[in-house]
Amino acid sequence: MENFIYSMIIAATPLLLAAIGELVAERSGVLNLGVEGMMLMGAVVAFAVANSTGSTPLAILAGAGAGAGMALIFSVIALSLLANQAATGLALTIFGIGASGLIGQSFVGIALEPLAKLSIPFLTESTAVGRILLGHDPMVYMALALAAGVAWFLYNTRGGLALRAVGDNHDSGHALGYNVIAIRYMATLFGGACAGLGGAYLSLAYTPMWAENMTAGRGWIALALVVFATWRPLRLVAGAYLFAAVTQLQFYGQDWGLPIASQFLAMAPYVATILALVIISRDVNLTKANAPACIGKPFRAER
Amino acid sequence: MIVLEPRPQPSRALALLSPVIAIVLTLIAGGILIALMGRPPLEALRIYFFQPFEEFWMWLTLPTGEREMWLYTPSEVIVKAIPLALIGSGLAVCFRANVWNIGAAGQYTMGAIISGWVALSAPEGASGIWLVPYLIAGVLGGMLWAAIPALLRVRFNANEILVSLMLTYVAALLLDWLVRGPFKDPLGFGFPESKEFQPGFIMPVLVDGTRLHLGVALAVIAAVALWVMMGRTMKGFEVRVIGAAPRAGAFAGFSRDRTIWFVMLLSGGLAGLAGAVEISATVQQLQPQINAEYGFVAIIVAFLGRLNPIGALFGAVILAVSYIGGENAQIMLKLPKAVTGIFQGMLLFFLLGCDTLIRFRIRLARPRVG
Repeated sequence: MENFIYSMIIAATPLLLAAIGELVAERSGVLNLGVEGMMLMGAVVAFAVANSTGSTPLAILAGAGAGAGMALIFSVIALSLLANQAATGLALTIFGIGASGLIGQSFVGIALEPLAKLSIPFLTESTAVGRILLGHDPMVYMALALAAGVAWFLYNTRGGLALRAVGDNHDSGHALGYNVIAIRYMATLFGGACAGLGGAYLSLAYTPMWAENMTAGRGWIALALVVFATWRPLRLVAGAYLFAAVTQLQFYGQDWGLPIASQFLAMAPYVATILALVIISRDVNLTKANAPACIGKPFRAER
Repeated sequence: MIVLEPRPQPSRALALLSPVIAIVLTLIAGGILIALMGRPPLEALRIYFFQPFEEFWMWLTLPTGEREMWLYTPSEVIVKAIPLALIGSGLAVCFRANVWNIGAAGQYTMGAIISGWVALSAPEGASGIWLVPYLIAGVLGGMLWAAIPALLRVRFNANEILVSLMLTYVAALLLDWLVRGPFKDPLGFGFPESKEFQPGFIMPVLVDGTRLHLGVALAVIAAVALWVMMGRTMKGFEVRVIGAAPRAGAFAGFSRDRTIWFVMLLSGGLAGLAGAVEISATVQQLQPQINAEYGFVAIIVAFLGRLNPIGALFGAVILAVSYIGGENAQIMLKLPKAVTGIFQGMLLFFLLGCDTLIRFRIRLARPRVG
């Protein structure tokens, strides 16, 4: 059980990182379906930098930068040129799968040292709680801090208010003098950087290597998590941990002697995503009250 | 500063020209990418995008006796285009209704699984007439898988993009389990493959010396039928109205839910048919990998074809050219396979960007002072 919770926390981290970024983008009214592609680019670029420089902080930064770069492509096409956001996001994912495969082809089969784990003398090792909570790599805590920071920003700052206003009604936001497009650019780039961090976590810590398509749908699960959390950051943290627990079933199911083929256990996160979407979406009041009203709608200032 | 100025009317000329501009921009960007990789850009682009057309030209112009060898590459392009066209024309209708079936890859896989099950459980010595139930089973498999996101969307308001996409992973894992378990060939030396299909389940080849098969007729018939439906029937009008203005559609008595069911089952059925056709025409057995990525590439096909079913035929040929070109470039220039994916992604980027020109004029304006 101790191992299960420990690995659940690790599995939740990439989902949480990617989803918290997408939450900010969606709160500003932008639906970026390219999370999977941005994560893959973050993963491969972070791996490349870690492999060539040996510097973890640089690798993490590069991963975030790669994700933000991808988000910039999305922003130019979907926000400045007013293209359909769903289609642009899909293009971003298709492009990201191809581009990460190309960049990563020389790294296939190389393994890195995983990120160093935190170890507080006495506290980490002496109790089960310490081992579960205090023995992780820094990105685990960074993801949680990021979620807390986003929650604080959205509900306690003028910037957060402007971001939510623009997402709920871009015409009113514009009339109030907010630069809708600039706010959406920043939110989308932040979302991309977070997705890049999520990808970097996969290739630096979760499985410290590069493999094509190594995200295996986590970008899409992150998108579903945002809906599941009804666009609220703290619910998102709970959702990510819950999902990660389901993901872990495939690794622990066989240890526990469940008489189920591995493929069916591997389906668990995807089926759970569908169930979660159904449970949340069926309650119209819940989604209507929280979903940004202008999500996915292009905005063009009249003057 | 660049300003977008709305046109009084969307430009029809640019609606047709925009894919051409997008292809040219993709070629330029692709050439730069290839040059950065240290390969000859013009040579690579020729192999990627023009060689099949050159060879087709040779076949057209050379006298009988010398020309046969030039047909092979163009025929392979058409073979690749068949599943892309079947899926893409269905998605074109679906996207027109503003319903986002992104899980065609899963419906394709499910079509292959159900039709494969028919083929594997048929009696020994099954004749060619079995191809009919085989293909119908493919359609039903795809419809079954598309019915799940349709039901959850209509009944529970669950986002069809995410549900249909999650189901692609479920379908792929199901296929993986089947070919390693119940469908595994007991005489297959432990490989994760089914038995090979009997001759009765193989799509008839139309031209000797090539793999060009009956599926091309199915793809063309499907596209033309959908085009007629969209342009000439009440159902097509309903789909277009619901997609463009759902409130107006509701006043006209059109049901959004019924349209969602209709376009999801239609696009899912065609994706399932594509899966059945593709397996029967190429590998003739179930394997863990059955090119399900066609389901995603068909999204580009639908957009390249202007969300018009006939346009999707052309879109399918262009994407098929990039696939065949990618295979040739891999052999001749050692260009990695991933380059094809980059080209396809860039093409959709440029296409979406260029489509802005249909509705807007781009004007340079001085920033307002004061």
